[in-house]
Parts: sequence; structure tokens; C-alpha cells
Amino acid sequence: MSWAWDNRALLAQDTGSHLYLALMPILFGIIVSIPVGVLCVRFRWTWPPILSLTSVFYAMPSLALYLVLIDYTGLTDWTVIIPLTLFSLSVLIPNVVAGLRSVPQPVRQAATAMGFGTLRQVVQVELPLAVPVIIAGLRVATVSSISLVSVGQLIGIGGLGYFFTDGEQRDFPTEIYVALVLIVILAFLADGLLVLLRRWLTPWERARDTRATRRALSATVRGSRAEGVS
Amino acid sequence: MITFESVTKRYPGGTVAVDALDLEVPDGRTMVLVGPSGCGKTTSLRMINRLIEPSEGRILLDGRDISQTEASELRRGIGYVIQQTGLFPHRTIVDNIATVPLLKGWPKAKARDRARELMDLVGLDPAMARRYPYQLSGGQQQRVGVARALAADPPVLLMDEPFSAVDPIVRATLQDELIRLQAELRKTVVLVTHDVEEAIKVGDQVAVFYPNGKIAQIDTPQRLLGDPADDYVENFLGFDRGIRRLAFFPADGLDLQAGIVLGDGTTVEQARRAAKQAGESWVLLTDAGRLPRGWAALSDLESRDGREMLAQMPLAPYGHTFRVGKDSLRAALDATVLSRTGLAVGVDDQGRVVGVTSYERLRAAIQAAEEAADGQGARPS
Repeated sequence: MSWAWDNRALLAQDTGSHLYLALMPILFGIIVSIPVGVLCVRFRWTWPPILSLTSVFYAMPSLALYLVLIDYTGLTDWTVIIPLTLFSLSVLIPNVVAGLRSVPQPVRQAATAMGFGTLRQVVQVELPLAVPVIIAGLRVATVSSISLVSVGQLIGIGGLGYFFTDGEQRDFPTEIYVALVLIVILAFLADGLLVLLRRWLTPWERARDTRATRRALSATVRGSRAEGVS
Repeated sequence: MITFESVTKRYPGGTVAVDALDLEVPDGRTMVLVGPSGCGKTTSLRMINRLIEPSEGRILLDGRDISQTEASELRRGIGYVIQQTGLFPHRTIVDNIATVPLLKGWPKAKARDRARELMDLVGLDPAMARRYPYQLSGGQQQRVGVARALAADPPVLLMDEPFSAVDPIVRATLQDELIRLQAELRKTVVLVTHDVEEAIKVGDQVAVFYPNGKIAQIDTPQRLLGDPADDYVENFLGFDRGIRRLAFFPADGLDLQAGIVLGDGTTVEQARRAAKQAGESWVLLTDAGRLPRGWAALSDLESRDGREMLAQMPLAPYGHTFRVGKDSLRAALDATVLSRTGLAVGVDDQGRVVGVTSYERLRAAIQAAEEAADGQGARPS
């Protein structure tokens, strides 16, 4: 513990960069997955090829991707952020699609019949109702991302992952444990914040939270796989 | 006015949902489309707000081809109510109702004020305004659905099996409410149902569909019951259409017997004479306010001392009454059937006895009503 206190500045700095490396991919993932998910639901034929593509992203070993990307992006943050973004897409896109599909047909039909335009209907009706399922996917993607950043340490960009390699080389396990605990705490905090975010965004779900959560979790089939990896 | 001009809907694969449909819905009237499932009634309805596009023919709204109006623009001028309500789960009741005004660009405060007006109109407690749909009962949700459809005051209202998902008691209430609203608002309503009772109850006109997307008959409920076009329509209407048709004839056509209605100052002797003079075997005793008290049998009267008061006699209950100015011959017949004396008591709006009816008097009134109805001309072919 005294080691952690003595190195608090370094730990804080690496925690910051760890969060940055983990959360930027999630941010990009959200920005990309929502329009892509909407597209997959609107034009059904686009869904099978996009699903296959996300499965490829999912299967791709991140280390191999880092090594390939070094040629293009060098030893910058992008070399870690890009593979993690692709990985987050493999969780987020299927959840956006599942979320949009969970909107009851009569609700969708009523919206059309009231005279919502296509875009307005997506933004004002379908996406708000998809929020519980989308956030379920977001939780899995975020926790995985926080955990996977440390793999980037193999090319020297890994946030708190630094302490794993350093601790190993110096035969100093304290370092490893401290970093590990920090990563787990970060993951818990991020997950908790997302739960709060969902509650705040979906006041109409409050009284039936348990039911909504169960529905959201069953939609996150791919999500449970992702947890196994991390 | 909504006009279908030989409208056909054919699906890929050759299924014909609607086959060369011609239909006219006059302004301010309720047209009910009724038929078995798969007969094309819902498809026809959804073509009016372009949720489904016809394969052939055209639909005119006040003389304008609806395919010439941009779809979402058209839909904002047409209210739409569906069985599953389709309320937005993430919006409060007041915001659900304000949907179309907001889409039309009304300021939020004005749209919400309008929504509150509508809650009042459809009989929703204002305290529900800030609740979410799942917190309401099925019947209340359906009221919200109707309020939402009416929010922007569209001239046309489409209703797709609006009351099928609620229990029979709530359904009857909602039907009564629709009739009341329609008397007040005079919208052009097209309502789809598979329930022929509902069609006859709420429709000014009823279009009965064959199972294959063609129309068997379009008529007023009364004429439909009185003169079904063919065996199919007759079967569809059900076995007791003759009796149900009586609901369209007012009970004030009855020639009521008032001679055997006697006040509480009457003696047994006077009652015996009244019964014999009228040729009836019962007399009805009323109190000082002419409210009915019960029946006394002539056989009982004859075994008594003539100086006794009628009010001292054992009385049989007078049973169900019917309101002469408001009820139909069907209600009068029902009261007669239920009465153990074979006579039923007709009352005014305050419940005071006007007179009594018998099967014979009903038969004469029904015959007169039938003749009057026939006089209005035969069904146009």
C-alpha cells in the first residue's frame, strides 16, 4: 500500500490515460452503431452482412490488429483506440438492432399513422424505447473495453496495463495487484454510472425495472460472450 | 367525404385482400366495416391514411385523391385509433395526447392545454395527466387513444377494432361514449370490427364484407337487420336479428293501456270493474305520485270483499319498466317477456306510470313500425 501511495501521481496519470483509451472507443462505437443499427432495421437486407462483419471484428485477436495498425498509425493512441472501437461495435450494433426491434409493432404503426416523418419517428419514438437494450449492450462493451486496454501494453500503450508488465519484469506483484484492483474499480464505477444513466433516461420503466432488465439481458446474447473474453 | 373508387389491393403472390371496392362515407357519419378476419376490412381502413397503398383504383378525401397529398401531412389530418392502443410508453398521458398538435408545430404549452381539454372530453381524470400509459387500465388507455386521435381536431377518424381488447362491460361503456362524442363532434368515422353487435350499435351505416374482400351489403343497421341482401349477410347478422331490429323502433309508437293503472284510493270493487272493462286479468297499483307499486290479480280481487282497499291486497312485483319516450320496442318487448303477468309498465322520464303494454299491443306497434319502415323505400340495389 505504501508503494501505491508513493506512486500516486503515476497511478493517477495512468488511470486517466486508461479511461481515455477505454472510453474513446465506446464514444466512437455509439456514434457509429446508432446510425448503422437504424439502417439495419430500416433496410433489412443490410443486416445479415453487417452482422457477419461485426462477428469478424469480434473474432479478430486485438494484438494482431495492434501490430498491423502500427504501420499506419504508429505508436499512438489510435493504434489501441481503433481495434477497441471495432470490438465495441461487435457488441453495440447487435444491441441497437435488438433494441429497435423491441419497439412494439403497434407503437411503431401508431407513430407512422400519427404523421411522424421517418427520422422523427426514429429519434422521438424508436430510439428512446430502445434505450434499455442499448444501454445493456453499452455496459458490456464498456466493461470489456476497460479490461482490454491493458493488452495494449504489449505495444507500450496500455494505461494501467503498464504496471502488469512492469511488475512482472521487476518481480514485484504488489504493482500488479494494485493495477488490477484499480481496473476492476473503474469497471464497476463505469457500469454503475450506466445503470444510473438508464434510470434517468427511462423514467417510464421505473416501476417495472426488473422486467425491463430481464428483457434487456436476454437481448444481450453476444454480450455474455464478450464478458467471457475479458 | 371519403370515396373509394374501385379500389383493389393485391399482394405479391396474388392474394387479393380488397377487390374492386366502391364505398362512400358521408361527412359527419359513422361507417362501420364488419366481416370475418381476413376479409379486407382492416386493409381498406389502412388505405385511407396510406399505411397501405392500393394496387388499383383511388381513394378521394373531399374530392381530392389522397395519393397526391404527402403521406405524413395527410395522416396528421386523420385520427387513428387501434386495438392495442399503440400509446407511446415513454410519454406521459398528456404528451401522448399532444402528439399530433406538437407534430403540427403548436407551441408546447398550447398543445398540452389542448390535451387537457381532450382528457376532459373523453372522461379521464386530470390527475392522470402526468402518468405513463402502463399505469392506466385497458379502458383508460383506450380513452387516451381516442383523445390522442382527436387532439388536432381532424375531420376524419379511423378506428381499427378499437374496443376489442377490453372486457364486455368496459366495451359497452366505450361504445356509448363514442356515440355520445360523435353526436357532439360529428366526425367522419370509419370503424372496423368483427363484432356485428358493435357495428349495429355504433354505425350510421354498416358495410358487411364477404370473406374475399368484396362487400356484401352497405346499409343502415335497421335496414340491414330488416332486409339482409343474401343468406351470407343473414347468417352473419345472427339468429335473432328480428328482435334486435326492434331496437331501432321507439317505444312511443305503442298504444298503452291506462285503464288498469289505479291509484291507492281505489277499492277492490272499482279495481274489479276496471279489469273487466279492459278485458285484462291484472291491474297495476300506483302510489300517490303515480310510481308503480305492483300487480293485483283479478282472481284475487274476486275472492275479496269489494269494500276493501286495493292497497291492502297482496301484490306481485311490477318488474322491469321501459321509458316510453326514450326506449325502443325491443326494451318494451324485453320488459314484457320478463314480466310474470305478460304486461309491462311504461314510465316517463321521472319513473311515473304512463300505461301498460301487452303482447297484442306490441304486435300492433311492431307491425305499424315495419310498415312505416317499408314506406321509406326498398334497399337501393
